[in-house]
Amino acid sequence: MKIDFKHNQSAHCENGVVSNLLKHNGHDISEPMVFGIGSGLYFVFLPFLKVNYAPVISFRPMPGFIFKRFSKRVNIKIKRYKFRDKKKALLTLETELKNKNPVGLQVGVYNLTYFPDEYRFHFNAHNLVVYGKKEGTYLISDPVMENVTTLTEKELEKVRFAKGAFAPKGHMYYPIHYPEKLDLEKAIKKGIKSTCRDMLAPVPIVGVKGIRRVAKLIRKWPVKLGTKKANHYLGQIVRMQEEIGTGGGGFRFIYGAFLEEASVILNNPKLKELSKEITQIGDLWRDFALDASRLYKNRSSQVDGYNKVADKMAIIADKEENFFKKLKKAI
Amino acid sequence: MKKKDVPQDNSKLSTKDMKELCYAVDEKGKYTTTLSTGWEPKSIALSNAIDDIDERIQRAKERVLNNITSPIEYYMELHRMDLPILASYMGMWKWRVKRHFKPSVFKKLSTNVLKKYTAIFDISIAQLQNIEDN
Repeated sequence: MKIDFKHNQSAHCENGVVSNLLKHNGHDISEPMVFGIGSGLYFVFLPFLKVNYAPVISFRPMPGFIFKRFSKRVNIKIKRYKFRDKKKALLTLETELKNKNPVGLQVGVYNLTYFPDEYRFHFNAHNLVVYGKKEGTYLISDPVMENVTTLTEKELEKVRFAKGAFAPKGHMYYPIHYPEKLDLEKAIKKGIKSTCRDMLAPVPIVGVKGIRRVAKLIRKWPVKLGTKKANHYLGQIVRMQEEIGTGGGGFRFIYGAFLEEASVILNNPKLKELSKEITQIGDLWRDFALDASRLYKNRSSQVDGYNKVADKMAIIADKEENFFKKLKKAI
Repeated sequence: MKKKDVPQDNSKLSTKDMKELCYAVDEKGKYTTTLSTGWEPKSIALSNAIDDIDERIQRAKERVLNNITSPIEYYMELHRMDLPILASYMGMWKWRVKRHFKPSVFKKLSTNVLKKYTAIFDISIAQLQNIEDN
C-alpha cells in the first residue's frame, strides 16, 4: 500500500507538510508562500516560561498557527482528528491510507529514531506525512529530511502519543476541500498585514519591542546570573534562532523568499526591494549568533562582550521597526 | 545570506547523514534553497546544551548512589525529561512523581506503578531498581 507522493525537503516542518500536501493535490504552493500567508515571522519573549532551564524566546508563533491561518486565508478546509484511543488512531490512519490519502501527523521528536541523538528533545510540535505502509512499517515523508524514511508501528504510536507540552494526542489532518481558484493575492496581503501588526505590537514582550527588551536584559545577565547561566541563555537564543526549520537567521531568509515571490504575484516592485532589506537584516541576525557563539564557546566572562552582542540586537530591533513600517505602507 | 556563504561546517547532523535546507540568494540576487551540513555557532550551542544534560545525569547518578534520590530521577534526566514531562507521561500530578524521588517512598512503590515507569523508560524492573544493572 503506497501512495504516489512526492517528497520535497523544506526548512520548516509545518510549512513543508502543508506545501507537500497541497502539491500532492495539484496546487503548487511553495514553502515560503505558506510561511508568509500564515504570518510565520514573529518574535516573542516569555521570561516566566522556562524550557531547558532558560526563558522561552521564539521566532515563530505557536505550533499549528501558521497552518491554521494559511488555510483560513486561502479558504482550504482541513479535516482534523485527535484521539484518546491509540488503536482507533491507528485504524483511522490505515483507512485513510487505503483510500490513497496521504495524511499529516503532529508528532513528538524524542522518539523519531531517524534523527541524530543530539537532536532528540521532548519537542511535540513536529509534523510529517504518512504516505503508505510496506511490510509492517509506515512510509514517512518528513519535510526536514532530504529523503523519505520509515517508522515501525510501535515507533509511530510513541511519537503520535508523546506527552508533555503540546502533546499531539494522535493529531492527524489533511485538506478536504479547495476553493475553485486559490485567491493568493488577498491572502498575501492579509498575511503581510498581520505580520506587521504582530511585529509592531505595543506589547513589551512581542515583536520589535520584545527584541529590544531581550537586548537590554543581555547586558545584565553576566552580572545578575553569572557567566554560566548567561552563556546558557545566550546559547538558547541562538538555538531558537538557527534551529533546523528556521531556514537561517530566525526565519528572516524564508520571509525574504516569500516577499520576492509575493512581489511577482502582486506585481509590486517595492516588495522585491523589501525582500533585499529583510535579507540584510537576516545577515545581521547571523552576525549576532556568530558573536554570541564566541562568548559561550570560550565560556568567557567579559561584560564587554555581552554589551557588544546586546548592541547588535538593539540595532536589529531598530532596523526591523523601520522595515515593518515600510512593509505596512507597501501593500 | 548568499548561496556561496551558506556554511558547511561539521555538525552532529552528519551522524545520520542529514543535511538541512537553507534559504539563500544566488549570484543574480534571486532566492533559492541549498543544503547545509551545519554551522559552528549552532553546533557549539547544541553541544553545550548536551554537556549540561550530561552533567545533570551524572549528578543524578551520584545522588542515587548516595541514596539521596531514587533511580526515577536518574532515568528522568537520562531521557532528557523534566518533572512536568514525566508527570504527563505518568498521568499523575507532579507532586506525586516528585514524591517517588524519595528513596523511602520508591522502595514501597507497587509493582503496577513501577511497571508504568519501566514502560516509559523502556527498561526492566531490575534496571529501574538498580541503575548500574545493565
